[in-house]
Amino acid sequence: MESLNKYLLARAENGLINLSVQMRAVQNFGFPFSAIEDAILELDLLPARYQRNQRSLSCGQQLSLFRSKVAVIGCGGLGGYIVEELARVGVGNITVVDPDTFEEHNLNRQLFSKLDNLGQPKVAVAADRILEINPAVTIVPVHDAFTGRNGSAFIEKVDVVADALDSIHRRLELAEVCEKCGIPLVHGSVGGWYGQVTTQFPGEYTLQKIYSRHDDERGIEKDLGNLSFVVPIIASIEVAEIVKILLGEGSTLRGKMLSLNFLDVEFTEITF
Amino acid sequence: MKVTVKLFASLRKDRFAVDDFDYQEGAKVGHILASLNIPEEAAAIIFINGRHGEPDSPLKDGDLLAIFPPVGGG
Repeated sequence: MESLNKYLLARAENGLINLSVQMRAVQNFGFPFSAIEDAILELDLLPARYQRNQRSLSCGQQLSLFRSKVAVIGCGGLGGYIVEELARVGVGNITVVDPDTFEEHNLNRQLFSKLDNLGQPKVAVAADRILEINPAVTIVPVHDAFTGRNGSAFIEKVDVVADALDSIHRRLELAEVCEKCGIPLVHGSVGGWYGQVTTQFPGEYTLQKIYSRHDDERGIEKDLGNLSFVVPIIASIEVAEIVKILLGEGSTLRGKMLSLNFLDVEFTEITF
Repeated sequence: MKVTVKLFASLRKDRFAVDDFDYQEGAKVGHILASLNIPEEAAAIIFINGRHGEPDSPLKDGDLLAIFPPVGGG
């Protein structure tokens, strides 16, 4: 490791390590890309891919993100954008859980869907995509449905869980499993021109309050569908919440719900 | 008694965003939902003056009732 460190320090330019240096280090030292990334950040250097993060995130914070683990439950509209943004900002370990394959009706909004991957498992497509963008990220694709029975195995070792599900029943099961495992949960959901986000820590039960009287599996999206421009905004707010939880920075939507109405451009925060 | 009702998201369609109504003393949230033709399951979140309410919560003069529909897509 000492010779790797010397190698990296000798090739740093203004505190940055270029991708080509990182790739040569993988070849020369036989370590995986993720180990080289960790070594760079440990030296208080920055992989050049993150240089535009720099004024907002320090090297130390970048290292914290890289060593963090996030589970994204659902890899459809919200999940696709969440996985992409987590990988680009530099979260190092992402588990993504979804039982579905891409279908034509996903093309209006789901980031990873395209003509030539219709019929393929969403999580496998997501894993390939992330490898193309940021090979330092360890992505664990789980081609299975998250349920109250099997769910804890998928999330027990993660720092934060992102709700990107499309079923209210499954969301409540997810909230229960997160409660049992003691893991914070960032919830987002969409329908038509509308969306909502909240963050809940164990013992807060915000999601259970939001859906306390709703027995149906689906909400307004059953009639209104989902629009391409609503999904990434809600996903992005979820990612901002996740990053703040991982870094212990800023204020979050704990105990609150942000309701977004893009038709009337009205954003409302309510406190539970 | 006067109650201000504020509807959110798709509940506004063919109704209104915010309006004042006169109801009989002692009216509950459920009466107002029925008068506005909003099924109880379509009123996922009910807030009265910023506090969580239920269909059987009573209202009083001057209350602000806010109603959100269930949003569940991903």
